[in-house]
Amino acid sequence: MAEVTYLEALRQGLWEELERDENVFMLGEDIGEYGGAFKVTEGFLEKFGAGRIIDTPISEAAIVGAAAGAAHMGMRPIAEMQFIDFISCAYDMLTNYVATARYRAGLATPIVVRGPSGGYVRGGPFHSQMPEAAFFHTPGLKLVCPATARDAKGLIKSAVRDDDPVIYFEHKFLYRRIKEDLPDDEEILTPIGKARVAREGSDLTIITWSAMVWKCLDAAEELASSDGASVEVLDLRSLIPMDDAAILGSVRKTNRVLIVHEDTRTGGIAGEITSRINEGAFEWLDAPVRRVTAHDTPIPYAPTLEDYVLPGADDVVEAARLLLAY
Amino acid sequence: MESALTPAAPPADLTQENLLEIYYFLRLTRSLEEQLVNLYRQGKVIGGLYRSLGQEGESVATSYALRPGDILSPLIRNLGSMLVKGAQPVEVLRQYMAKTSSPTAGREMNIHFNDLDKGFLGQISHLGDMVPVMAGIALTFKMRVERRVGMVYVGDGAMSTGAFHEGVNFAAVQKLPLVVVVENNGYAFSTPVHKQTRVASLADKGRSYGIASYTVDGNDVLAVYGLARQLIEAARSGEGTQMLEVVTYRRKGHAEHDDQRYQSEEELALWEGNDPIDRYVSRIGDAGWATPDDLERIDSRIEREISEAVGTAESDPLPEGESAIGGVFA
Ligand SMILES: Cc1ncc(C[n+]2csc(CCOP(=O)(O)OP(=O)(O)O)c2C)c(N)n1
Repeated sequence: MAEVTYLEALRQGLWEELERDENVFMLGEDIGEYGGAFKVTEGFLEKFGAGRIIDTPISEAAIVGAAAGAAHMGMRPIAEMQFIDFISCAYDMLTNYVATARYRAGLATPIVVRGPSGGYVRGGPFHSQMPEAAFFHTPGLKLVCPATARDAKGLIKSAVRDDDPVIYFEHKFLYRRIKEDLPDDEEILTPIGKARVAREGSDLTIITWSAMVWKCLDAAEELASSDGASVEVLDLRSLIPMDDAAILGSVRKTNRVLIVHEDTRTGGIAGEITSRINEGAFEWLDAPVRRVTAHDTPIPYAPTLEDYVLPGADDVVEAARLLLAY
Repeated sequence: MESALTPAAPPADLTQENLLEIYYFLRLTRSLEEQLVNLYRQGKVIGGLYRSLGQEGESVATSYALRPGDILSPLIRNLGSMLVKGAQPVEVLRQYMAKTSSPTAGREMNIHFNDLDKGFLGQISHLGDMVPVMAGIALTFKMRVERRVGMVYVGDGAMSTGAFHEGVNFAAVQKLPLVVVVENNGYAFSTPVHKQTRVASLADKGRSYGIASYTVDGNDVLAVYGLARQLIEAARSGEGTQMLEVVTYRRKGHAEHDDQRYQSEEELALWEGNDPIDRYVSRIGDAGWATPDDLERIDSRIEREISEAVGTAESDPLPEGESAIGGVFA
């Protein structure tokens, strides 16, 4: 056992996959000699060589497009976006080319596109985004969003082995803030599409993912100690595919649901989850499904503004109390 | 301004007063950034800090060559261009410190702000995006038959984006009054220019789109000014989009937190010896266009202005949380 950060766990996962399969390679801006803007790939160039750790020009569309082409030929590319905010520059490539390749042309495109995502770091409008919903709506892309160090490792490894394109949203707020003991002698593979119960409970289910899992766990703790409430926290881990069975199972158990995400409200994934619950477990509900999300604005820079726009544990507690009292 | 001697006429169309004003902006840019470093170290700058050390010359000279009414769009290393166009040190300080009184009321960071009346349009982080946008501004000048010019800055790295290519080509085809300033400063974050492109001269990229393209020593302030002036006036008189590659060097890391491990000591020393401000000072001093007294007066004015601005900016509050809402739509 060794205690590793979320970032280190991700790094280990990438490293192990590069070691395991010579078809795995990485491409992105400043990932080689510099080791990446956040040092996720520190030491990779020395170990795997410039042939497999490729520093690219600032060309996100080319990075993703080239990854797709290589993937058609049997390679397993991992493309890094320096910040996930820049994935928008590859939106066309991802949604039109990559996402449709299997359906329209029978082409396998096993690529991973990954990058530092999310807010709470005072990064302003272009270094704080959590653009999951933009890709959620496009059939053909898998979306994963680890919350724990274990899953950071287990999901990147599964993503690399997956036969479909996967966008891996790693949360930069978690990079060095959370640590976990991980075994050295056991391969960690987190199945894509399986949710995880982060905390068991019986009065209310909070459905969430990524960094919000930690805020929801804080909220659940607060609700337990001050309200005596038993709150279940379900970490989805993967948005596409989504673990409907786990969602509906938990709803049937607690009969009250709060959905929490960091992304903005309108068109956010909470809307889709709510519909699935309505369709699959309406008669089990004792209260309307509620959501806590970011406000519908860009992410502002000032700490006071960012904290207001993004959801916090206090917002979760407040919404949970409404549901518990319903 | 009363100055000791004026032996030879100042170059290009510059008066002695202009020359001193250029010095003022060069020094102001550098001193303001140095002050920002202090604030950054004290934890008062909230996000990252980006320096233009060694590149102040080209920023100031290119923007100084514009006329009132022209509009430029800077990048992160063009604080100098914004100051020339009238951005105030206190605005920059408030931006970095995310104050409610900042031009963006704390919503945006560092020098991401604009004042179209003064003539600058704020950037977004996504590299290359400002090129098509500035093409649109230049298109409007053309449609309205106004004799105004747009100027847009791109780095060697930003030239690898699709938006850059689409924007330059669009401007070229439409013969828009746009001057594209290409800042060849050796690196894009850690990536050296030769990993960004195979062309020997970045100006070749402009030529490939059929626009007049030139390269100049970016640390020679007066040379940059002279050529920029020509290109701006060519664009103004209907000759279409122009490109000016300024060859310079980024002496600091990508941002304050970058350890610059990929830049060698020798390289840094070489460029330190080629400092644009030092060169400018010798040039105007040797030619007798400015006395040490002139420059000292300006230095102390800058010191005063910056310390006043810091005092003002620091005492301002952060915005109220609720003010984050609103302003998404008209
Ligand atoms: C589309 C896009 N991809 C990646 C980035 C991240 N990034 C910010 S600055 C930078 C390097 C820019 O280099 P260059 O254009 O040469 O300008 P310089 O910093 O040298 O002035 C990178 C990769 C970005 N801002 N936009």
